[in-house]
Amino acid sequence: MSIQDDATLEFLGESLENLERYDQELLFLESNRTSNDTINKIFRIVHTMKGTCGFFDFKKLESVSHVGENLLDSLRSGKIEVSEPIISALLGLGDALRTIIVSISELGNEGDADFGILITRLTQLNEAEGSTNEAESSVSAPHDEVSQATSSATSEEDELSKLFAAGQAEFAASQEPSPVPPELATQQLPQQDESKKTEIVETALRVDINLLNKLMNLVGELVLARNQLLQFTKYHDDNEFVATSQALNLITSELQEGIMRTRMQPVGNVLNRFPRIVRDVAMACGKQVNLVLQGKETELDKSIIEAIKDPLTHIIRNAVDHGIEAPAERSQAGKSPEGTLSIRAYQEGGQVIIEVTDDGKGLHLEKIKQKAIERGLVSPDRAAKLSEHEIHGLIFLPGFSTAEKVTSISGRGVGMDVVRSNIERVGGSVDLTSTFGKGSTFTLKIPLTLAIIPALIVTADDRRYAIPQVNLIELVRVEQERISQLIEEVHGASFYRLRGKLLPLVDLRQQLDLAAPPPQRSTNIVVVQGDEHRFGLIVDTINDTEEIVVKPLGKLLKSIDAFSGVTIMGDGKLALILDVVGLARQAGVRKGTPPEVVVNSDHSEGEKVQLLVFNVDGEQRAAVPLDQVHRLEKVDSKALEKAEGKTVVQYRGGILPLIDLREVLGGRSAGYQGVLRVFVHNIGDRSVGFVVDSIVDICEEVVNVGTAFGTPGRRGSAVIQGAVTDLVDLPALVAQTGLEYDSSMEVLWKS
Amino acid sequence: MEELNNSSSQNEAPAVRCAEQYVTFAVGKLTFGVDIGAVREILRSQPLTEVPLAPTIVRGIINLRGQVLTAIDMRKLLSLPEFAPDARPTNIIVKADDEFISLLVDSIGDVIQVDPQTFEDVPSTLPHHVGALLQGVIKREGKLLLAFNPSACLSCEGA
Repeated sequence: MSIQDDATLEFLGESLENLERYDQELLFLESNRTSNDTINKIFRIVHTMKGTCGFFDFKKLESVSHVGENLLDSLRSGKIEVSEPIISALLGLGDALRTIIVSISELGNEGDADFGILITRLTQLNEAEGSTNEAESSVSAPHDEVSQATSSATSEEDELSKLFAAGQAEFAASQEPSPVPPELATQQLPQQDESKKTEIVETALRVDINLLNKLMNLVGELVLARNQLLQFTKYHDDNEFVATSQALNLITSELQEGIMRTRMQPVGNVLNRFPRIVRDVAMACGKQVNLVLQGKETELDKSIIEAIKDPLTHIIRNAVDHGIEAPAERSQAGKSPEGTLSIRAYQEGGQVIIEVTDDGKGLHLEKIKQKAIERGLVSPDRAAKLSEHEIHGLIFLPGFSTAEKVTSISGRGVGMDVVRSNIERVGGSVDLTSTFGKGSTFTLKIPLTLAIIPALIVTADDRRYAIPQVNLIELVRVEQERISQLIEEVHGASFYRLRGKLLPLVDLRQQLDLAAPPPQRSTNIVVVQGDEHRFGLIVDTINDTEEIVVKPLGKLLKSIDAFSGVTIMGDGKLALILDVVGLARQAGVRKGTPPEVVVNSDHSEGEKVQLLVFNVDGEQRAAVPLDQVHRLEKVDSKALEKAEGKTVVQYRGGILPLIDLREVLGGRSAGYQGVLRVFVHNIGDRSVGFVVDSIVDICEEVVNVGTAFGTPGRRGSAVIQGAVTDLVDLPALVAQTGLEYDSSMEVLWKS
Repeated sequence: MEELNNSSSQNEAPAVRCAEQYVTFAVGKLTFGVDIGAVREILRSQPLTEVPLAPTIVRGIINLRGQVLTAIDMRKLLSLPEFAPDARPTNIIVKADDEFISLLVDSIGDVIQVDPQTFEDVPSTLPHHVGALLQGVIKREGKLLLAFNPSACLSCEGA
């Protein structure tokens, strides 16, 4: 039979959605057994499905749902009470219905599966009146068999079938479900359900996803055309033209936003399947797990949601199977027998962060090291020098698995590396932190959308290239004089000494076979990372960060490792998007370089530091660690005085010398006029005031705070809140401007 | 210039049918025709962005009203002498498999009607690297019109 007509497709799609809701409601019912509201909801789902599939002549679907409907009817009339076996059987019903629907959509028919056992079970549960004790007592003879079956089964289906094998000996198998008295069926459907249902239907539409993609593309092109039009308005003064262009601009922006939102779905769509999965896995391996979901309303592009479903599922199964210990083991360790698995989703910057945390036994460093050595993934020498975080990272290597026995749930050794590559394929990243005995946290970072991404624009040989911000770690500028100190050659390859580690350098011009650059005053290095390859990319100049529309390259160009796409800049010119992983591959950058080239590892890497971000002048931004800022003050320039040639102000009973940070950092200083923005820095028991243009923000960022380099007074640059920001080294600055740190003695002025 | 290549056959195109109308263009001394149904538009010389590391036959990429198209240098494809540095080749935007590409040619000719009777298989006398790009040939007024298959560019190794 042909399954391609719209009505059937709609029915299948809706049914799958309904079955998801069905699962959720059932799990809710499991913990809230007296909720009649929930029972009614579940009943209606099955009832509707049964009714509709009658139109389509899906006999199997109809008969299976019919039996379920009967049982549910008994539940809602109070004839039977909710119990564990009933929930399990109803979950089995949901699975059966899903199987049939999938079969219809893939094969065009209801499939060959025989649901006789399920039907029997549901009927049997329905026939037991009153409380489930009665039902259980009639099963008492094979009870031992049943409990054995439950503990050794590895899947719901096995469990059920073993149950039935036992149960069938006791009950005459009845294939005929008892018909529901017609009056009862129609009576029980209150009128208000109909209107409620219509209400729900009207606020949403089912739209073909291909149509949405097409609209998305068109809007992308509209955005580009709008950008070009805006360029023209610079040269034409015609008022009407400019006004119309502005209108077009506004409308386009809103349209773009709106269309992008149509593809955004709450991550809850994925997270909602996890209560069921956690329940199943926990039951199968005898664990008790409490699942906490947070941030379900956080939104992601639909295609990304599809891509992270499997990786997330694997992580969660892993956490229950291997992470969380058995209740007895947990009690012994002084933990509560029930483990907690929490999934938290939130948006930060241009990304969605999903944290999966368990309070299980965490990673055992020695075991992991041993396993990795056994599997030939790392040499014993190198393993001995790895940091804790790097050892955790070993589990992401292909061919790794610490499961002592491979269960059918997880631990086939195909795991974490596939998880990581799947997530990285959509431009995301996954990281792991763990404390032995306490638990582990997987952190997934995923871009909000694939089509429009923030990127850093760089130049090489007069051509612009874009580097996706998700690959960006930091920016470094090395002045010519210091190059010999900081850049080293090892076996013909160049490395940059960045805070104690040797960073492999890749010259973009060289990689792209472009001419060598003319001699330059300074070398610009963009530190990038993709898929564990971290390196410094040497470019001519670093431009700014922009939101770019990603366009694919044609077939002939797709295979070039170095590029992952192309974008159209505002002036209509094309800029190729660099594929960081591809470049690494092409340049032969080895993975996980820090362990390869062994230098002492710097544990302060990647700390979250609170920063005070400020404007140096109108254009330049800088930041200092907040703990170096004692107070933020506004100083009236009229209160300034001179002392020994320095500008000072009376402050809190003392004298506060002022340093114009704007000038020091090479920005344009507006001089001391009007009200000045000053932040006060303490040196021992003295203070210094730094004058800046304005304070931007206080934020917390993961920043590598290290030793000074290049320009005095700076500690490097980072991209903070989307803008290139200099990190300022206050102690060095103070020393430079002639004040001396001395906490025990008076501050000495140097002329 | 004749390559003896036993591994691939020249006439692989399964449904080699003569099109009703062909847009003709010249590359060097050769005259080609491409099915008008596959032609999207014809443009004068366009600003081109070179793509480092691209196959030789790819001259670069162009921005056509928001779409990025690969521009194929037909002279390189046919192993003919290169375009002059100041040449301004014409762009023929054609459909090739799932994408549109731009063919950089010397000049555009007329759109012609073709009698299916005059459509023939690619003769073995043509050099292999040329024949692999064609669907067939059309004998016309004593000259040979080469029926070009745009999709063939995409499978070309381009060296």
